[in-house]
Amino acid sequence: MENTRPKRVDIIFLMEGIDPIKVVENAMKKSPDEIILDMIDSGLKGRGGAGFPTGLKWKFTRNEDSYDKYVICNADEGEPGTFKDREILDRVPEKVFAGLAICGYTIGAREGFIYLRGEYNFLLPVLNQKLDVFNAGMKKIGLDFAIQMRSGSGAYICGEESALFESMEGKRGEPRNKPPYPTVAGYLGKPTAINNVETLVYAFMIARIGAEKFKEMGTKDSRGSKVFSISGDTPKAGISELELGMSVQQFVDEFGDGDTKAVQVGGASGGCVPRKMFKETIIGYEGIPTGGSMMLFNSSRSMYNVLHDYLEFFTEESCGQCTPCRVGCQQLLKGIEAVKRGEKNPAYLDDLKKLAKTMKVAAKCGLGQSVANPFISIVSNFKEEIIY
Amino acid sequence: MADVQQIIKDVTGIYGKERKALMPILQAVVKTKNYLDDQDLIAVAKALDLSAAEVFGTASFYTFLDTVPRGKNVIRVCKTISCHMAGKDAIIHAIEDTLKVKTGETSVDKKFTLLSANCLGWCHKGPVMLINDQVYPELNAEKAIEILQKYQEED
Amino acid sequence: MSKYLVNLTINDIPVSVPEGTTILAAASKLDFRIPTLCYHEDLCVAGNCRVCVVEQVGGRALLAACATPVGEGMQIHTNSAVVRTARKTIIELLLSEHSSDCTKCYKNGNCELQSLAHEYRVGDHVFIDLVNGKRKHIDDLSPSIIKDDSKCIRCQRCVRTCDELQGVSALAVAYKGDHQKISTFLDHPLVEVVCTNCGQCVNRCPVGALIEKTYVEEVWDVINNPNKHVVVQTAPAVRVAIGEELGYNPGERLTGKMVTALKRLGFDSVLDTDFTADLTILEEGTELLTRLKRAVVDKDPTVALPMTTSCSPGWVKFIEHTFPEFLPNVSTCKSPQQMFGALAKTYYAQKKGLKAQDITVVSIMPCTAKKYEANRPEMRSSGYKDVDYVLTTRELGMMIKQAGINFQNLEDSPYDSIMGESTGAAVIFGATGGVMEAALRTVYEVVTGREVPFANLNIMPVRGMDGVKEAKVKIEGCLPEWKFLDGIEVSCAVAHSLANARKLMQAVKDGTAHYHFIEVMACPGGCLGGGGQPIPTNEEIRSKRAAAIYGEDEGLPLRKSHENPEIKMIYEEFLGAPNSHKSHSLLHTHYLARKKY
Repeated sequence: MENTRPKRVDIIFLMEGIDPIKVVENAMKKSPDEIILDMIDSGLKGRGGAGFPTGLKWKFTRNEDSYDKYVICNADEGEPGTFKDREILDRVPEKVFAGLAICGYTIGAREGFIYLRGEYNFLLPVLNQKLDVFNAGMKKIGLDFAIQMRSGSGAYICGEESALFESMEGKRGEPRNKPPYPTVAGYLGKPTAINNVETLVYAFMIARIGAEKFKEMGTKDSRGSKVFSISGDTPKAGISELELGMSVQQFVDEFGDGDTKAVQVGGASGGCVPRKMFKETIIGYEGIPTGGSMMLFNSSRSMYNVLHDYLEFFTEESCGQCTPCRVGCQQLLKGIEAVKRGEKNPAYLDDLKKLAKTMKVAAKCGLGQSVANPFISIVSNFKEEIIY
Repeated sequence: MADVQQIIKDVTGIYGKERKALMPILQAVVKTKNYLDDQDLIAVAKALDLSAAEVFGTASFYTFLDTVPRGKNVIRVCKTISCHMAGKDAIIHAIEDTLKVKTGETSVDKKFTLLSANCLGWCHKGPVMLINDQVYPELNAEKAIEILQKYQEED
Repeated sequence: MSKYLVNLTINDIPVSVPEGTTILAAASKLDFRIPTLCYHEDLCVAGNCRVCVVEQVGGRALLAACATPVGEGMQIHTNSAVVRTARKTIIELLLSEHSSDCTKCYKNGNCELQSLAHEYRVGDHVFIDLVNGKRKHIDDLSPSIIKDDSKCIRCQRCVRTCDELQGVSALAVAYKGDHQKISTFLDHPLVEVVCTNCGQCVNRCPVGALIEKTYVEEVWDVINNPNKHVVVQTAPAVRVAIGEELGYNPGERLTGKMVTALKRLGFDSVLDTDFTADLTILEEGTELLTRLKRAVVDKDPTVALPMTTSCSPGWVKFIEHTFPEFLPNVSTCKSPQQMFGALAKTYYAQKKGLKAQDITVVSIMPCTAKKYEANRPEMRSSGYKDVDYVLTTRELGMMIKQAGINFQNLEDSPYDSIMGESTGAAVIFGATGGVMEAALRTVYEVVTGREVPFANLNIMPVRGMDGVKEAKVKIEGCLPEWKFLDGIEVSCAVAHSLANARKLMQAVKDGTAHYHFIEVMACPGGCLGGGGQPIPTNEEIRSKRAAAIYGEDEGLPLRKSHENPEIKMIYEEFLGAPNSHKSHSLLHTHYLARKKY
C-alpha cells in the first residue's frame, strides 16, 4: 500500500438490500460450529481496541457448559476521540442487533444486552422502539433470543468488560481479577461473549456473505477494514471506514491539514506518533493498534496541553481500586505540572517514565496499564514542549 | 418521596428486586429529579435490601448519579481534548456569565447546574454539551446561550 | 480444593500444588514470602494494592500473586528486577497518598505499610505528596473508633470486613479516581450510621486509618489522682491475648502475670469481669427459666422466645439497628462489664466504705464496642457513669510497656477481693459458645439437681469456629419446682460474627429455625477475636486463644457459675435473689430501636 491513499470501504453502514432478520434466519441454517469456523477463518479481531480474535471468543463461550449464557454488546464508547459506535448505533442499529442474535445463536445464549453509555441516552427511545420490532422478528423466525438495553451513567472504566458486568450487576464499575475471563464467568458469573458494536457488524457481514471478502482486505495480522473516528486538526473530521494496513503517513496525507505534527492513535489510551515516525508506523496490530480513534495535531498545538488533558481524564476516570492506576495517574499529572512550573527538575520526567512503565505491568486492568502509552510516547517525542 | 416509591415500584416491576436492578432504579430517579438525596438512597437501599452505604458508594461512582442537589437542567460541557481544542473554554465562560454561576454550581433559581464532563463522544463536532439527555454539538458561544434561553423560557 | 495437581516453578524451584491454589499460597509452600497489603486471610481476595505482583516468564504484565491461580508450567519469579522495581514503586505511591508522619502515628510500630517501607528501604520520597492539599478528614466523634482518611491506603480490608464478616456494611467504597475513598453513608460520622463499633475493621486495617479511640492518658491521670480509688476489671479474653502485645506467641495464658502488672501500674484494686460473668449466668439463666415458665405453664403468648444473650455490645447495637422487632427477645441483663461497673459503685463501695463518686472504674476489654457501651446513657445505675474508662487489650499492652514493666519476669498474683472470684464458666465467656455452655452448666443443674450430661462438663457441640452451631439438651428428671420442664428438649444456637448472626436471626424471623436460647457474639471466635485484641488476627491465632481459654477453664477448681462463693455472698448480702428488684435496677437494662439505614 506504499504511497497509495487509504482505501475507503463501505461495509458497516451499507443497508441497501439487506434485511437483518433474514440474515439471522439464514445464519441459523449453519451450525454454530460452522459459524465459529467462519469467524476464525475471517481473522476478525475485536474492534474495541484490545483485538482479541472474535471467533475464538465465541468458541470459548460456546464450549462452556452452562444453561445460562449471555451475549453483550459493549456500547460504552468512552475513549476520547472515539465516536464511531454512536454513529453505527444511530445509523444501522439493526445490523448490531442481528450481530448479537447471530452470536447468541452461536454460543447458545437466550439473552442479549446492549450496554450503552449514559452520554448516549438520547439514542434510547429509537433503539428501544427498533428493538421491539427486532425481538418480535426473532420470535417469528423461531430463535429464542431477545435483546435488552442497559445504560451506563458516566464512567469510562465501564468499557472494560469486567467493569461493565459489575455495573450491570448494580455495582461500582471496578474491573475484576482475571482469570476467570468473561467467556467462563462474565455477567452474573455466567459465560458471556462481550463484543464491541463495530465487531458485531463485521460479524454480521461475515455471517451474511462469508469470510472471503473480509479476509482479502488488510494484512496478515490485521484483516479487514475498520471504522475510524477522525478528529482534531483535520478538514475531514468524522467517520471513515478504511481498509487496514495503511501507514500513519498515508493516513495523514489523506486526512491531515498539511501541518500535522503528531497523530494520537487509539484515543487517550493509545500512542502518540510524531511526524518523524509517520512512515514507519502501520495502523494495525503489527504496528499501532487502535479502537479507531485518530486525533491529529498540527504545529499550533501544545503537546503539554494534550498530555495534561489525557492525564486529567485518567485521574478522574480511574476506578480508583488499584494503587498503580489511582495514585500513578495523579503522580503523572502533578509531576508534569511540577516540571512545567520548574518545581521539579526536567530529569524528574525520567522518574515519571519509570512510574508509567510500572503502571503498564502492575495495574489491574487495561486502563491503568495503557496510561503509559500516551505518557511515554508524548514525553519521549515532545520533551521540550513538556518542560518549557 | 412518593414519586421515588413509585419509581422503585415501576422499575423493580421490570428488573426484579435483585441488585442488578440498582442502576436502572438510580437512573430512573435521576431522570426525574436530576440527583439522589439521602431519602432516595435509603428508599432504594430498603427496596433492594442493601446497606445505605453500599447504595451511596455505588451511586457516587457514576458521574451522572449525583448525590448532591442539582438544578432542573444539568448542563455538561465536554472538556476533553478535541472539544478543548475546538474552544470549550469560550462556551463555559459564556454559560458562566449568562447563568452567573461557576462550573460546578447551580443557578440561584435552581434552573441550571453547570458541570464539565469527560469525552461525550462528539470529537468531530466539538465543542459539545449535554443538557440533561439532549446533546448539542458544534457549539459556539452565541449558539450555547440561545439554547439556554430556550430552557430558560420553559415554565 | 481440587485433587488435580498443577506443576510450576517459583524462582526456579519446582512445586506441585492443587489446582486453584494461588501463586501466593504456592510460594508460601516453598517458604517464599510475597508481601501483601490488601490480602487478608479472613477475607475474600481483592487484588487491588498490587504489592504482591510477581513475574510470569513470557507474560505481558505482572500477576497479583494473591489473586492469580497457578497454571501448569508457569515459571514465576517473585523477586526479579521488574518485580522489585514495580513493588518499590507501588510502596512509594502508597506513601505519597498516605500521611506518613510515622513517629506521631498511633500505629507506629504495628503498621504493615511502615514495615514494607522499611523492608524496601524507601528513602526520600520520589513522588509528590498528595496528602497535603486534600482536605484532612478525621472522624473522631465515636467513643470507640477513629477514622483518619489521610492515612487510608484504600486496600478495602475494612469494607470487606464490614460486609463479608459482619454483614453490616457501614463502610463502603465511594466515588472514583482521585476522589475514591472509604466512606460511610454520605460520609456521615460513624456514630450516626449503622456501625456497631465492633472494631473488626480496626483489627484488619494495615495502617493507622482505623484505630481505637484511646483513653490511656485519662487512665494514667486517675491512677495518679490520690483522691480516686481506681478499680480495674479484666474481661475473660484479655488474659489469653495480652501476651501477643508483649512478645509471647498466641495462646499463652497469662492471668497471674497480668494481675501483677495491673497492680504495678497502680490500680487500687485489680478485679475480674469474670465475677460478673458468673453473675450474668445466674441472672440470665433465671430470666430464661422465667420466660420458659411463662411460655409453658402460663401459656403467655406475649413472652419473647427465643431469648438471646446481651453480653456483646456490638451484637446489641446490631440488633437495635437490624432486627428491632426482636428487641424483646434480647435478655435484659447488662453485659458483665456494666454489671461490674454498677456493683463497683454500689456494693463494692458499701463494703469498702467508699463513696461512689470517689471510685473510678476502668475496664480492660478485648473490645472497642465496650467503649461505646460504657457511654450509653442507660449505663448509670449507680447514679454515676458505671464504667468510667474502657481500654482494649492493646491499650493495656501499651500501658505495661510505658510503665517499663518487664512482664515476662513477673510473678503471678491472684485477683483482689471482693469481686475478684470467678469460675471456669466465666472464663469461657471469652470464646464463642462460652456463654451458652456456662448457662447450660448452671441451668441444667438448677432444674434437675444434676450436672449437665456432657463429659467433664465440656459441651463440645457449642465449641469451635463454625459460624452457627446448634445444640439440643433434653431435660429429664426435673426437681419438683421445675416439673413443667420435664421432657422438654432445650434447643440452642450459637452464632459468632455478625454476618452469621444476621443469617441466624433471619432464619428465626422467617420461621425456618426454632430455638429457646441463642448466643451471639459480634466478633469471629467470640470476644477472643474482639476488635480490641492484638493485631494481627486470623483463624489460627483465634483458635490458639480459644484453646487457652478452655485450658484455663479446665484448670480451675470451680467450673459452674452458681458455685462461685462470692456470687452466693452477693445474693445473700446485697441483691437478694436473681432477678430481684435490686438486681433489676442495677443489673438489667433496656434497648432502643435504631434506624436501619
